[in-house]
Amino acid sequence: MRISVTVNGVRHEADVEPRTLLVHFLRENLDLTGTNVGCDTSSCGACTVLMGGQSVKSCTVLAVQADGAEVATVEGLAGNGEWHPIQKAFHEEHGLQCGFCTPGMMMAAVGYLDENPSPDEEEVRLALEGNLCRCTGYHNIVKAVLAAAEDMRA
Amino acid sequence: MATAEKYVGGGVPRKEDPKLLTGQGQFLEGLSLPGMVHAALVRSPHGSARIRSVDVSAAAAADGVVAAFSGADLADEWAAGLPMAWPVTDDIRIPDHWPVAQDVARYVGDAVAVVVAESRTAALDAAELVEVDYEELDAVVDVEAAVADGAPRVHESFDDNKSYTWALTNGDVDAAFAKADVVVKERYTQPRLIPNAMEPRAVVAQPVPAAGDYTVWSTTQIPHIAKVLFALTLGIPEGQIRVIAPPDVGGGFGSKLNVYAEEALCIALARRLGRPVKWVASRSEGYLATIHGRDQVQEIEIAATSDGDILGYRVNILAAMGAYLQLVAPGVPLLGAFLYCGCYGGEAYHFECTGVFTNTTPTDAYRGAGRPEATYAIERAVDALAREVGADPAEIRRRNFLPAGDMVQSPGGLAFDSTNYEAPLDRALEMLDYDGFRSEQAERRENGGRKQIGVGFSSYVEICGLAPSQVLASLKYAAGGWDAATVRMLPTGKAEVVTGSSPHGQGHVTSWSQIAADMLGIPYEDVTVLHGDTHVAPHGMNTYGSRSLAVAGVAVHNACDRVVDKARTLAAHLLEVAPEDLDYEAGTFSVKGVPDRAKSMPELAFAAWTAHSLPEDSEPGLEASCVYDPPNFTFPFGTHIAVVEVDTDTGAVDLVRYIAVDDCGPVINPVIVDGQVHGGVAQGIAAALYEEATYAEDGTLETSSMVNYLVPSAAEFPSFETDRTVTPSTSNPMGVKGIGEAGTIGSAPAVINAVVDALGHLGVTDVAMPATPERVWRAIRAAQAQGGEA
Repeated sequence: MRISVTVNGVRHEADVEPRTLLVHFLRENLDLTGTNVGCDTSSCGACTVLMGGQSVKSCTVLAVQADGAEVATVEGLAGNGEWHPIQKAFHEEHGLQCGFCTPGMMMAAVGYLDENPSPDEEEVRLALEGNLCRCTGYHNIVKAVLAAAEDMRA
Repeated sequence: MATAEKYVGGGVPRKEDPKLLTGQGQFLEGLSLPGMVHAALVRSPHGSARIRSVDVSAAAAADGVVAAFSGADLADEWAAGLPMAWPVTDDIRIPDHWPVAQDVARYVGDAVAVVVAESRTAALDAAELVEVDYEELDAVVDVEAAVADGAPRVHESFDDNKSYTWALTNGDVDAAFAKADVVVKERYTQPRLIPNAMEPRAVVAQPVPAAGDYTVWSTTQIPHIAKVLFALTLGIPEGQIRVIAPPDVGGGFGSKLNVYAEEALCIALARRLGRPVKWVASRSEGYLATIHGRDQVQEIEIAATSDGDILGYRVNILAAMGAYLQLVAPGVPLLGAFLYCGCYGGEAYHFECTGVFTNTTPTDAYRGAGRPEATYAIERAVDALAREVGADPAEIRRRNFLPAGDMVQSPGGLAFDSTNYEAPLDRALEMLDYDGFRSEQAERRENGGRKQIGVGFSSYVEICGLAPSQVLASLKYAAGGWDAATVRMLPTGKAEVVTGSSPHGQGHVTSWSQIAADMLGIPYEDVTVLHGDTHVAPHGMNTYGSRSLAVAGVAVHNACDRVVDKARTLAAHLLEVAPEDLDYEAGTFSVKGVPDRAKSMPELAFAAWTAHSLPEDSEPGLEASCVYDPPNFTFPFGTHIAVVEVDTDTGAVDLVRYIAVDDCGPVINPVIVDGQVHGGVAQGIAAALYEEATYAEDGTLETSSMVNYLVPSAAEFPSFETDRTVTPSTSNPMGVKGIGEAGTIGSAPAVINAVVDALGHLGVTDVAMPATPERVWRAIRAAQAQGGEA
C-alpha cells in the first residue's frame, strides 16, 4: 500500500505491506534505527515515538495507520545544533546506562511533558509506566525528566 | 596540554551518551550486510519429546527461502557440542548439547530446525511450514520433583537427574551444633528469574568463503571467550574467527555471558551457504532461548548460643540447571558457596549443593550469580535467629560481624580482603532514624490499623573481581581470571586505551578515560577507549561478575604506569639528566630544582614516534601493555535497609523507603557507581516483590512474554537513598572492588525481612519471594489460623 508519512519534518512516500509495523517502516524503510524494538507484546516502550504529538508504541501502530501523520523520533529531538532539554537532562543526570530504552523513554517523556509541564515525582513515575528500563532502576530517569521539565519551563 | 585536574573520583558525564541520546547507538539489530540472509528457528513446544521426524520440504520451497535444515541435517557441522566451561566436580554429568536437537527435545524452546530466507519475515513465515513429528515424553520441571524417586529423566543416558554434588566443610560442624543452645532451621526458595536485558539477543555471522574466515557480531558480554569457544565448537582455526561485540550492547546482567546455540548456528549456516546470516530474537523467543537465573531450594541451619552468638552453619541446596549445562551454570551456586555465613563469624561451616536437570530453559549466571541466593538465605536466617533469641535484628548482625581488618578469615573458607562491616550499618541506621521508625511502628500496631509498617536489614558481603587464576583452577573453572590493557600515546599527544573488558552499559569508556587521563596527565577528552573487537583488543576475559574495574581497570592503571616509566626514560634522555632526577606531575617531567626544564607527555609521545633521538636500548613508540591477574578476589560489602507498608487486608506491599550504604572501595565515578547501585537494587526488589518465571507441569513456560512476567516500571519503585563508606581493597593497587551486582545481592532479603517485620506481631515468620499480595495475604491468614493475634 502507498503511504505518505512526515517524519521529523521530512515527508516520505513508500509502498509497504499492510502488515508492516510503523517501527519497521522507520527502521527498515527510512533507516531511522534510533528507535529500538525491545519486545513483541507492546510492553516495553523502547519503540515509543510521537505521532501527531502523542506518544505511541510504534510496534503497535501499522505503518498504514501513520499515513498522512506527523511522526517524531529520537533522531529529530535535537535541532539547530542543540540538544533538546530532555537529552541534556538524561546526560547530566546519568539517566541512561546501556541506552537501549533511552530513545523510547525520552520520547514518552517529551509527549508527557507536553501534556503536563509541571509534574511531580509521582506523576512522572506513573506517566512512564509503559516504558521499561533494566539498568537504571528509574531513579535517574525520573530525576532527568523532572530536570528537563524545569528547564523547559524556564 | 597537561592538566592538573583529577578526573578520578569526579562524576564526569559519560562519553557513551551523545550517540545513545541522538539515536546513533550502534546496536546489532541495525547491522545489515550485502547478501545477508535471515535465520528463524523452529522450537519444540513440548517439555520433553522424542523427535520422530522433521520435514523441512514445504519450508524450503516457500517464497524467499534459501535453505531449511533439521538438527540431523546439521549434525556434521559440530566439532563439539555447545561448551560448558565449569565442570565443578570430577564426576559431573555433562550431557551432549547440540545447537539444534537431533533426537530428543528437552525443553519448550529447544531448537529442532532452522529456516534461512532472504528476509526475516519470509524466514519466520516459512518456519511455520516445518513439520515435526514428536513423541511426547513425561517432563519434570520442579527441582525437588526432579530428584524424587521415579522422576522422569531429562537425559535417558543418566540414571537420575543429578548432574553433580559439590561440598565444602570447614571446622567441626557437628561439634558446633552439639554445643549450640539454639538451632534455627530455615527453608527458602529462589524463584526462577528471567534476566530481561532490554536489547534482545542477536547474531550476524559473515564468511569469507575463499579465505575460510569468519567475522561474528554478537550481542555478547564475552567476545574473547566466545572466539575460543566458537573455534572449538565449529572446528574453525581460532585465528580465522573475529568476534565483535558491537559498540553498543543493550544490557546483559549475565544473560549475554554465554555461548548460545544461535551463535554457533549462524556461523555454521554462513559456512554452508557462503552468505552472511543474521538472527534476532524476539522478546518472547528470548524468554525460551536465553538463560534464566536462580531457581534453587535452600535449607540453612544456624547453630548459636542463647545470646545469639553464631557457632556454625549447615547449608544444603538444590540448584536447577535446566535441560542442559550452559557455559558456567554448574559453578553459579559455587559463587555463593563461600557466602552462606555472610559477614559473620563462627567455628564451623558446611555447604552442599546438588545441580539438577529439569525440562526447562537452562539457567546460568544472572546478576549476582550465586551471591544473591546466599545473601538471601543468611540474611533471612539471621533474622530468624534474632527472633529465636529475642534480639534486635540490627544488633544481632553487629554482634556477629567479623572484625574490621585486612585478610580476615571467614568461616566459609576465604580470607576477605578488607572488612569494616559496622561502618555501613551505622550509617544506614542513621539515615533511617531507627528509633523513630520503631516508635511509629509501635504506634501503628497499637492502633491496630489495616496498614502496618516493617523494616528489613541486609548486611551483605560479596565476592567479585574474578580473580586469581590459580584459585579458579582449584574450583575447576576452565578459564583464567586475568584481564588485559594496552595504553599507547598517539603522535598528536592523545592516548588510546585498549581494554579486555566488554562494556554493555557500565560506562567503561568513561571510567577508563578518567583513570588514563589522570595518570598520563592529559585531558579526559583526549583518551579513546577501544573494546569488544578481538582484532582490535586481542586479549581479554571480558565483563561479568563485577570484575571489570577490579581486573581490567587495574590493568589500565598498571599499563599507564608502564607508559609513564618509559616516558621518564625518554624525558631523561632528552633533558640530559638521570631518570631519578626528574619529578613527574600531571603529565610533565621536570628536572628537580629546575622546573622550567621539562617535557610534557604529548612532547614525549611525538618524540617517541619520530624516534629521531631515543635512549640506548629503547624502542620507538610510547606504549605499554599489562595483563593483570589479581592475587585475591575483592569482597565489597554494605548494609541495605528497606521500609515497607503492608495492607493487611489485601496483602499489598508498598516499598516506602530504600536505603543502600555500600562499600566498594575508592570510586572512579560516583555518578556511575550510584547508577549501578540503583539498577542493581531495582533488580533485587523486583525479585522480592514481582518477578517469577513459572512452568506448567508439562514444561510449558507460563510466563512466556512481558505480558505475564512482571518486569517492574518506574511506578513500582521509590527513589533510592544511597551513601558509601570507603574501605580500600588490599587485592589491587587501586583499592577498588566492584559495584555491578552489590545492589542485587543486598536488596531482596532486606525487602522480605521488612515484609516479615511488618507482620511479625501477627505471627508471620516467612513470606516467600515474590511477596505478591496473594502470598502476603495467605501468610497473614495462615498465621492467624495458627493463633496469632488478629
